[in-house]
Amino acid sequence: MFRFFVRRVIGAAVILLIISAVTFFLFYAIPRDPARAFCGKICPPQNLILIRHNLGMDEPLFVQYWHWLVGIFTGRDLVQFGQCDAPCLGYSFATQESVFSAIIDRFPVTISVTMGAAVVFLSFGIITGMIAAWQQGRPLDKIASTTSVIGASLQIYFVGPIVVFFVVDSMGLLPRPSYIPFTEDPLGWFVHLLIPWVVLSIIFTANYTRMTRSVMVEQLAEDYVRTARAKGMSSRTVFLRFAWRGAMIPIVTIFGVDLATLFGGAIITEQTFTLHGIGELAVRAVQNTDLPMLLGVTLVGAFSIVVLNIVVDVLYAFIDPRVRLA
Amino acid sequence: MTTVTWDREPATPRGPGPFLSVRDLSVQFSTEDGIVHAVDRLSFDLEKGTTLGIVGESGSGKSVSNLSILGLHDKAHTKIGGEIWLEDQELVSASRSTLERLRGNRVAMIFQDPLTSLSPYHTVGRQISEVFRKHKGASKAESRARAIEMLDRVGIPQAKTRLEDYPHQFSGGMRQRVMIAMALVCDPDLLIADEPTTALDVTVQAQILDLLKDLQQDFGTSIILITHDLGVVAKTVHNVLVMYAGRAIEQGTVQQVLREPHHPYTWGLLASMPKLNSNVDLPLLPVRGTPPSLLNPPSGCPFHPRCDYRDLVGPDLCSTERPELSPADGHRDACYLTLAQKREIFNGKIKERL
Ligand SMILES: Nc1ncnc2c1ncn2[C@@H]1O[C@H](COP(=O)(O)OP(=O)(O)OP(=O)(O)O)[C@@H](O)[C@H]1O
Ligand code: SF4
Ligand SMILES: [Mg+2]
Repeated sequence: MFRFFVRRVIGAAVILLIISAVTFFLFYAIPRDPARAFCGKICPPQNLILIRHNLGMDEPLFVQYWHWLVGIFTGRDLVQFGQCDAPCLGYSFATQESVFSAIIDRFPVTISVTMGAAVVFLSFGIITGMIAAWQQGRPLDKIASTTSVIGASLQIYFVGPIVVFFVVDSMGLLPRPSYIPFTEDPLGWFVHLLIPWVVLSIIFTANYTRMTRSVMVEQLAEDYVRTARAKGMSSRTVFLRFAWRGAMIPIVTIFGVDLATLFGGAIITEQTFTLHGIGELAVRAVQNTDLPMLLGVTLVGAFSIVVLNIVVDVLYAFIDPRVRLA
Repeated sequence: MTTVTWDREPATPRGPGPFLSVRDLSVQFSTEDGIVHAVDRLSFDLEKGTTLGIVGESGSGKSVSNLSILGLHDKAHTKIGGEIWLEDQELVSASRSTLERLRGNRVAMIFQDPLTSLSPYHTVGRQISEVFRKHKGASKAESRARAIEMLDRVGIPQAKTRLEDYPHQFSGGMRQRVMIAMALVCDPDLLIADEPTTALDVTVQAQILDLLKDLQQDFGTSIILITHDLGVVAKTVHNVLVMYAGRAIEQGTVQQVLREPHHPYTWGLLASMPKLNSNVDLPLLPVRGTPPSLLNPPSGCPFHPRCDYRDLVGPDLCSTERPELSPADGHRDACYLTLAQKREIFNGKIKERL
């Protein structure tokens, strides 16, 4: 167990290092000069050089990257912005705010959107998939399967406004989506995020319905499930205690793989409903060629995915006694 | 040895009959390619306390016919005809709850591959004791004690601690013992063993078979043993049923079928299987031709496309009319050759090859 965590933490650090380096060097492939943004309309060349120097952009690339990396652990003194305490991710070129605090401010929004949606699509997807598998070949199965095909083709930016129009504007059933901190008002948090959750989860729900159905059908044909039936276990027990146990493993696996897509979906969702989360930061950072922000957002996104993947691996060990965490 | 009668009596109403009686069992699967005739009018009996060996090449319907005894086929895609009588209870038409009460209780089954056939997610103790709880209404503690007793009985050392282990923590032979313990936990009257030793090495194989024999002696369990291994048949069973294309083509005592087989397919089968006591290095002769398609089974005698002797019978009787098992009792087979012809061919050229 201890070895498992040591190994995974080292692995995670390496992954994050690679991702940040790749982002860093890719950014310099974009032919745009952020120093210009600080320089104003009329920009004398010597000013530009000074700004570049203050931003540290006149140093060799790997030196810049090294400073950035070390800054995360030790903090650094940035000429343009002043002292930046550890963990220092620098300051935004575009808004001048601290990248780290901008991300921390918005992190709860994105986590609420993604994890809430995950709860919605996992529960709906798995339940409908189980019903479809239980009713294999019968009308309910066909309804579930057809609905999931339609669901899978619905896009967030298309469905989002429509749902808002009907549910919020016409019928007034729910408030317009926004973020209210859970700690302030749990109920408000819930009702204001319900629409984003449902809309973001539509595509995933469909996938999980289909997948749950097919892995359940597969599991039901397994030898050990047949044994359970051969020893007189009721069909419900066979379904819920034996087949489902085996079906959880591929579902958890796919969930681990889907996390990156889920964060991608959160970006679109935040755009669609103008929620001020990390996704919005990311989009703006790209638009503004805002290197520090872009790096920070990438790092935090990758960090979350890596951490959640470790959680997924721990889950495996709980589901399947054959899995040893080593 | 108990004698077995293969007489055909009207299925309903039934007087005192054999312990298990399968009558004209047909099993058809509807698949995308068409209807698979996996079992076709199969009949056999099993007496209490005896062992019936079922042999036949892969795909001949051995597993499918036995799974029907437990009603384990998926109802939506399977059509089952005929009758299966377990004493005075008919099983083909039995309700789901009747079958659930029967399975693992009066009739138990062990499968070929104990690794895939046991749940990898539950401890063996739980897998054994839940059967006892379910059928005997025992408490947790009682069924746990029973599971320990069973593991002990099938020869697993330190039963008490091994109860908490998962199947993957056992060796192949020990796993099959666990399967047997699980099958026997409710003292079943009938045990169906579908190739129980195929996945095991020879020494373990012998141990498992001895174990089954002992259990039969102690508890009077009737056993159906499906196997590919004629050595196992010779040592373990009382009666033999040879299946081909979902049908019974020869039945008799183990001596009758192994020493003086009547049916040309049985000859081929015996010649194609390795013998325990063969002293000559004769090459194994696989049965000529390919196994029959069950989507479109051959007309008449299902073996006719592969049979070397059909010319002895006549122009096209073999390919048009299905031979029934005869005579009514004892050593029976489904082939048009006369008994004299069968004896002559067997003694003349088959025997030396076995
Ligand atoms: N659920 C099913 N759907 C369609 N066909 C099936 C099904 N189950 C079995 N069959 C077919 O029925 C035939 C008989 O299968 P069965 O498993 O009884 O053979 P077997 O004699 O046990 O062979 P083996 O020695 O390989 O175990 C095979 O051709 C098999 O492909
Ligand atoms: S009935 Fe004819 S085809 Fe069938 S086994 Fe006998 S001789 Fe061969
Ligand atoms: Mg089989």
